[in-house]
Amino acid sequence: MAQARGKVTIDTEECKGCGVCVDACPPKCLELLPGLNPYGVHPARYTGMNCSGCGICFYVCPEPGAITVYRLIAPKVAQPPMEGSHAATL
Amino acid sequence: MDEYQVIESKSPVFYDKYERKAELQHQTHYCPGCGHGVVHKLIAEAIADMGVQDRTILVTPVGCSVFAYYYFDMGNVQAAHGRAPAVATAVKRSNPESIVIGYQGDGDLAAIGTAEIVHAANRGEKITIFFVNNAIYGMTGGQLAPTTLVGQFSTTSPWGRRPSNEGYPLRMAELLATLEAPVYIERVALCDNKNIMKARKAVRKALELQRDGAGFSFIEILSPCPTIWKMTPQEARKWIEEKMLAVFPLGVFRDRKLAPMADGVPQTTVTKLLGLDKPLEVVTRPMAVKDSQPDLTVKIAGFGGQGVLLLGQILAEMGMREGREVSWLPSYGPEMRSGSAHCHVCLSKERVGSPVIEHPDVLIAMNEPSLHKFSKMVEAHGTILYNNHKLPAGLPPCEAKIYCVPASEIADGLGTTKATNMVMLGALLELTHTLPRETALALLKAKVRNVKLLDVDCQAIDAGMACLRKQLGSSTDAHAHDGELAPCS
Amino acid sequence: MRQLCKGNVAIVKGALLAGCRSYYGYPITPASEIAEAAAEYMPQVGGTFLQAESEVAAINMVYGAASAGLRVMTASSGPGISLMQEGISYLAGSELPCVIVDVVRGGPGLGNIAPEQSDYFALVKGGGHGNYKNIVVAPASVQEMADLTRLAFELADRYRNPAVVLTDGFIGQMMEPLELQAVESVQPEKPWAVKGTRETRKNLIASIYLEPDELEAHVRKLEEKYKKAAEVESRHELYRAEDPEVLLVGYGITSRVLRSVVDMMRKEGVRAGLFRPITLWPFPAEALRHAARRAQMVLVVEMSTGQMVEDVRLTLDGRVDVEFYGRTGGNVPMADEVCKELTERMGMTAEWGV
Repeated sequence: MAQARGKVTIDTEECKGCGVCVDACPPKCLELLPGLNPYGVHPARYTGMNCSGCGICFYVCPEPGAITVYRLIAPKVAQPPMEGSHAATL
Repeated sequence: MDEYQVIESKSPVFYDKYERKAELQHQTHYCPGCGHGVVHKLIAEAIADMGVQDRTILVTPVGCSVFAYYYFDMGNVQAAHGRAPAVATAVKRSNPESIVIGYQGDGDLAAIGTAEIVHAANRGEKITIFFVNNAIYGMTGGQLAPTTLVGQFSTTSPWGRRPSNEGYPLRMAELLATLEAPVYIERVALCDNKNIMKARKAVRKALELQRDGAGFSFIEILSPCPTIWKMTPQEARKWIEEKMLAVFPLGVFRDRKLAPMADGVPQTTVTKLLGLDKPLEVVTRPMAVKDSQPDLTVKIAGFGGQGVLLLGQILAEMGMREGREVSWLPSYGPEMRSGSAHCHVCLSKERVGSPVIEHPDVLIAMNEPSLHKFSKMVEAHGTILYNNHKLPAGLPPCEAKIYCVPASEIADGLGTTKATNMVMLGALLELTHTLPRETALALLKAKVRNVKLLDVDCQAIDAGMACLRKQLGSSTDAHAHDGELAPCS
Repeated sequence: MRQLCKGNVAIVKGALLAGCRSYYGYPITPASEIAEAAAEYMPQVGGTFLQAESEVAAINMVYGAASAGLRVMTASSGPGISLMQEGISYLAGSELPCVIVDVVRGGPGLGNIAPEQSDYFALVKGGGHGNYKNIVVAPASVQEMADLTRLAFELADRYRNPAVVLTDGFIGQMMEPLELQAVESVQPEKPWAVKGTRETRKNLIASIYLEPDELEAHVRKLEEKYKKAAEVESRHELYRAEDPEVLLVGYGITSRVLRSVVDMMRKEGVRAGLFRPITLWPFPAEALRHAARRAQMVLVVEMSTGQMVEDVRLTLDGRVDVEFYGRTGGNVPMADEVCKELTERMGMTAEWGV
């Protein structure tokens, strides 16, 4: 399995568990937690695998700060910075 | 250890913590899967990237997004239902350097606020309106919206929207695109990743256009309301795609530049504008009032165009320049428009009480109906100046003395009927001697720029004086003037 | 210098001297000259005049400009004022200062365009929803149209509240000498305004307080403000009212008729006096109680079926007989007519007029 190019952190307090990000994620690397958060919803989380760092989950999420998207800094391989499927280029 | 950089995170245009919110200050008040939060994020991102957060002002509506000011760290003005475009109009005009955003839902913008949005767009206000269309009333609990689809159920369309009862969904983007002034109108949808990114571009473009002073921009955003639609957030997004897009097609409806327009208003100062920087052109004689001089009340009546109101104004202004307290009260409105006009003039040593004259000392009747109508009102010792050779038949008896002054004829003889009122002014001056002829001449000189007209006016005054003097006959008053009259010019 | 000026125009001149450079309005007889004068003057001194699509829009534009901290005004007459009531409530709720002129015409409904004083309830007692007050001044001359408009701007800013110039078709349409001071008002700082700057970024203009306790606190704050204004801002004028047996009470155009009535009654040996409220809210209650302390009768005259008379009765609280005489439809009570009414009610006989 190729190394994930990005990662996502989700604030389980802010997340309302709507699941839109889970559906929208191109590499399907998000899921809803089986457990409930204190507000009684199943918050989303990153499975820890395959995130491309595209950022689409951030844009479809209705909460301003629930999702933070990171991208791996890869100093060894020379790549165009926007390479891949960054959402903004869609 | 791998190193990561943050590429997407909460915009600094949002407050860190939503302290204006009573509870749950770490998340919005919107329902799970609601489109408002997405629109908020697109706006916040664009504002942050453009570096204009300090100068951005958000005008919030009534509806679910009434509380947008909980979240946006920018100047916030909360508007009444539907009025955001009117409020935003004045916010922008009052702060021309600011970026003003109106944020409205479909009830707010397309129902109660239809007039405000159409006119703000038509004036080309340099504001940006984000119109969140979810085809339903969210905050009030699911009533019909002007954009509710045909057949769509709502609490106030329990059998589905019936065009026979509620008409058809209103397409605001298309409607506004019929107007001349808007520079950018686009409809976007939050139905999938690709369209959300299109929405992102549209939001940014609209705000950039405002930043560049381009004109009115309007983005309609088809947005999910899972709670009221009774769908999962995923179903709601599908519903936009499958149902709403057929009725509300996406696309750019307007994208053009306006030619620069000149303002063209000459600039001055308040002091100059109000004439506070110069003395009167006519010499004021504040000491001219003698205690023995009686107050004078005059009613002038006739048809519109006979100079009735102007004659009254000249009389009042003469009185003022002679140091009197004066008032001029016109008839106004439909009475004026139907052709007849009258005014009341009071000249007084004291502060004028009621400007409405019950019993004038002098009635100037410029035509027969006025004579009939008002002759009985004149004081017993009063006088009537009637614009004709002789009195009409059937005039009820009145105690006032009547002089016939054929003012229109005299004015005709001088070359213009328009001078009728000046002939009457002359007759009045001769009759009352309360105001000097010289004041009238000086006043006219200050007011009438056309030398020829001024000359005619002066001749008319003298002709009026002469006409009445003849009738007053051997009365001593008639010769109050010493010697010859001074020339008009 | 003195200039002969129309009442409606004097309002705009007073506003300019108050530093007002923003006018948003909609034409209506008999107030249109105000919009016309503003349209001519405002743009020439770098200001804004905008004819809105409706009175509803106009008052909300006033809300927008007031949010920015500008001195702003609008003007209308009865039917337009009815439409503005929503916005006035929001302005009061959001504590935004502004000046609203009502050149009152005959009502209800379309009524007519002749002068009345029948909007007293609508503006002095509220009109819009919720617990709020308008500051209301009532000019009785062209000079006062300018002076009280200027005062209205001062009071509006002092209390962060809408101030109303309540006048009528006659004062609006008539011309009288007007003397203006060439000194413009110094405007107060408004740190609460939203100006699109870093310093004002934190500011919020709103009238919504969702929590009951929050809203109650806000309403109590407004109430305190109104109590303070009521204590210090009432204004009135007396005429021959040193020791009246009959006290006439009237405002605006009516007060001028009553001046003549006082003189006529004095000639007949009746000690008549005039009390003229200049501010209708705050109502000059204390001064009225004092002026009426030895009166046997108080006669309130209005161009309405009796609106301000309720405040007079509340103020005097049964201590003296309060009579009312009113005309409507655009009829201005004549001095003769009022004298006749008065003498009849006093049980006297006298010949008045024709």
